[in-house]
Amino acid sequence: MRKTSTLERIRLFGRAGIDAVATLGRATVFLVRALFGRSGAGNPLQLLIKQLYSIGVMSLAIIVVSGVFIGMVLSLQGFNILSDYGSEQAVGQMVALTLLRELGPVVTALLFAGRAGSALTAEIGNMKSTEQLSSLEMIGVDPLKYIVAPRLWAGFISMPLLAVIFSVVGIWGGAMVAIDWLGVYEGSFWANMQNSVSFREDVLNGVIKSIVFGFVVTWIAVFQGYDCEPTSEGISRATTKTVVYASLAVLGLDFILTALMFGDF
Amino acid sequence: MSAEQQYAVELKNLSFQRGDREIFKNIDICIPRGKVTGIMGPSGCGKTTLLRLIGAQLRPSKGEVWVNGLNLPSLSRSELFDMRKQMGVLFQSGALFTDLDVFENVAFPLRVHTQLPDEMIRDIVLMKLQAVGLRGALELMPDELSGGMKRRVALARAIALDPQILMYDEPFVGQDPIAMGVLVRLIRLLSDALGITSIVVSHDLAETASIADYIYLVGDTKVLGQGTPDELMNSDDPRVRQFMQGIPDGPVPFHYPAAGYRDDLLGGR
Repeated sequence: MRKTSTLERIRLFGRAGIDAVATLGRATVFLVRALFGRSGAGNPLQLLIKQLYSIGVMSLAIIVVSGVFIGMVLSLQGFNILSDYGSEQAVGQMVALTLLRELGPVVTALLFAGRAGSALTAEIGNMKSTEQLSSLEMIGVDPLKYIVAPRLWAGFISMPLLAVIFSVVGIWGGAMVAIDWLGVYEGSFWANMQNSVSFREDVLNGVIKSIVFGFVVTWIAVFQGYDCEPTSEGISRATTKTVVYASLAVLGLDFILTALMFGDF
Repeated sequence: MSAEQQYAVELKNLSFQRGDREIFKNIDICIPRGKVTGIMGPSGCGKTTLLRLIGAQLRPSKGEVWVNGLNLPSLSRSELFDMRKQMGVLFQSGALFTDLDVFENVAFPLRVHTQLPDEMIRDIVLMKLQAVGLRGALELMPDELSGGMKRRVALARAIALDPQILMYDEPFVGQDPIAMGVLVRLIRLLSDALGITSIVVSHDLAETASIADYIYLVGDTKVLGQGTPDELMNSDDPRVRQFMQGIPDGPVPFHYPAAGYRDDLLGGR
């Protein structure tokens, strides 16, 4: 066993700080190179569509199912609380605002990090460990353009759409519970929602959040895969990092964005 | 013949470091054009690193890497990608694209770098697969191939664009005697028939010596010896002799550096 002295620990702490800054720098250069510069090999549209399918369409099931259940739970909980004050008609407004402003973008981003993000990291990490990325480079094809760029764009495009779908099915699930099960009057459920939800304040801000989350989650996932140590242990570590970093980034950014959008500073 | 034409690849005064560890220190290697050159050395001495330096996947800490008259470290990223069309690499694992079948794997370089019509691409792919004896396997996926077959498909892909330089990273590792014989014959054949400059990185002595025209023996951050296989076999240098004859202990020690055996055993008491 190696022993570490206090001085050595301070040195390691400093080293970790320098490494973190260096990684951030590498990730930024990686992003700029993948998104800009000369176009790569292959038909970019075809590559993008393939990734939109595997990142976006394949995530639909988990998003729709989670959306329905979260909408139903929100409605149920909201009804119980609001009925104490005799204002159960406001349950539609509550479900819609909660989903559009917060839960839609945030929960979608967390699920997206778990479903698509981890898959992206593992896939690219595996390509690295089986020398497929090196092999592309030696064939004269830039893997940043051919492998990374279509996945980044697919993530940026899919995530806001998934968040919108999540909110829509969530509201639908909420309506189902409130109207069909708990007996809230249908007219006031929808009318209250329509009166209180503003397109710019609520819908658009939610979409902006989901665009930011989509960008961050996909960037982290793809970079972790590309930068991982090309061993099975390295890939598993990178996949874990993707889910942890992406979830923390989403929750942290959500606070900042909410403060900027609704904070009234 | 000028020096530029005589050598396809020249490493001049090249040094490479990974972290604090020095892998190469001021080495000079010249790879003659149209010949099979072996690069040999013990495991972990940086042979694969050397291939990556020649392919410019790694940048040297010092020195020059000349390939076909171009100094690679001075090229821009896009110039590098263009230059690599003249090179082919056979990776140790084969590195086939797992989502494409055998045909599409071999067609890949043609599709991305040429504007050839589909029929012509098909003909070229069939010719390349015929050369490695796997024309019948064109519809199989990589996970349906044996290790030896994977490497042959990868070889067909590496020669798809008719490169001038072909590099082989440990081509004989994990091959059964038949697959090994096939590969040895193919490497020699490609070099003789197409005039390709071949660089074979390996620690398999007998196979490499049987096909190489010239061998560089690297280890301990430098070139330990060079010459034709016969010259190296008869070398007087103890380090070259130890490697060529497979002697377990010698200038390259059997034991990893450690404290005294006796002190280590009794130290904890």
